[in-house]
Amino acid sequence: MAEVMRSETLNISNNTSSLASPELLHVLAVDDSIVDRKFIERLLRVSSCKVTVVDSATRALQYLGLDGDNNSGGVEDLKINLIMTDYSMPGMTGYELLKKIKESSAFREIPVVIMSSENILPRIDRCLEEGAEDFLLKPVKLADVKRLRDSLLKAEERVFKNMMHKRELEANDIYSQLKRAKI
Amino acid sequence: MELVQMQKSLQDYTKSLFLEGVLDSQFLQLQQLQDESNPDFVSQVVTLFFQDSDRILNDLSLSLDQQVVDFKKVDPHVHQLKGSSSSIGAQRVKNACVVFRTFCEQQNVEGCHRCLQQVKQEYYLVKNRLETLFKLEQQIVASGGVIPAMELGF
Repeated sequence: MAEVMRSETLNISNNTSSLASPELLHVLAVDDSIVDRKFIERLLRVSSCKVTVVDSATRALQYLGLDGDNNSGGVEDLKINLIMTDYSMPGMTGYELLKKIKESSAFREIPVVIMSSENILPRIDRCLEEGAEDFLLKPVKLADVKRLRDSLLKAEERVFKNMMHKRELEANDIYSQLKRAKI
Repeated sequence: MELVQMQKSLQDYTKSLFLEGVLDSQFLQLQQLQDESNPDFVSQVVTLFFQDSDRILNDLSLSLDQQVVDFKKVDPHVHQLKGSSSSIGAQRVKNACVVFRTFCEQQNVEGCHRCLQQVKQEYYLVKNRLETLFKLEQQIVASGGVIPAMELGF
């Protein structure tokens, strides 16, 4: 009695990582200060990240495609691995940007880090409660960026490993079926 | 002047800026980010700081000269200047901004005027010192030398 075989193609070679490219994190940095934008961009480049810098929360939403009226927003195929935003910005604050990102189905999984020159505990709590990945005191240090990058890469590695394990289990499953069908 | 002498002058000059508190360790962070691929990074950031600060100080002067001072306008400017001076390591400018903000909070016009003068003084000082520092660096590079790394033995 022939078993029904699933014709699974084990496509291990396709790029299932959400990294913008191998080992390159793509970071979106948001800051209204021209000095800080220059600084954070360099910090990130030195840390081997791909960087996009914008000068306001509104522009960040435009870049992400979340500025439309419809909630299904989000630019297709836009791979952002991390968003770093200043807290105090004119117009929309970094906190409000954080909320909008966490409300969007397309981008809520992206870690958002808040940067602030002010060490205000209620502010920090509020951001973490809203889902911020981390809160960095300005001026941001190279060590802070390296730590962030390493923890994100580890998380990516875990996701990848879990997926490979799942594939392995599926492969074993098919193998067993083949054996039973005596092929 | 000999290259070695120029390099020593630069080191001594830089060291004095740290000892006087004009610059803090954040400036060293900036220098760490400079390399052969980005040899002008520090002067680029500092130039942006000068341009930005000139604008802010101008806006502050205008805001404080109004009949009725709108502190809701004044404070964000000071906050901005505090932030950018902190980012480049201009410690005394940053500290002067911190004091400035307390007077803004108290809505003390006279105090704010005094603070603005103090901030301006510190700003022109660090501007002058950094411009001298960059000139020394340029002289060294023009003579075919490299800028010595900052030694943190003090």
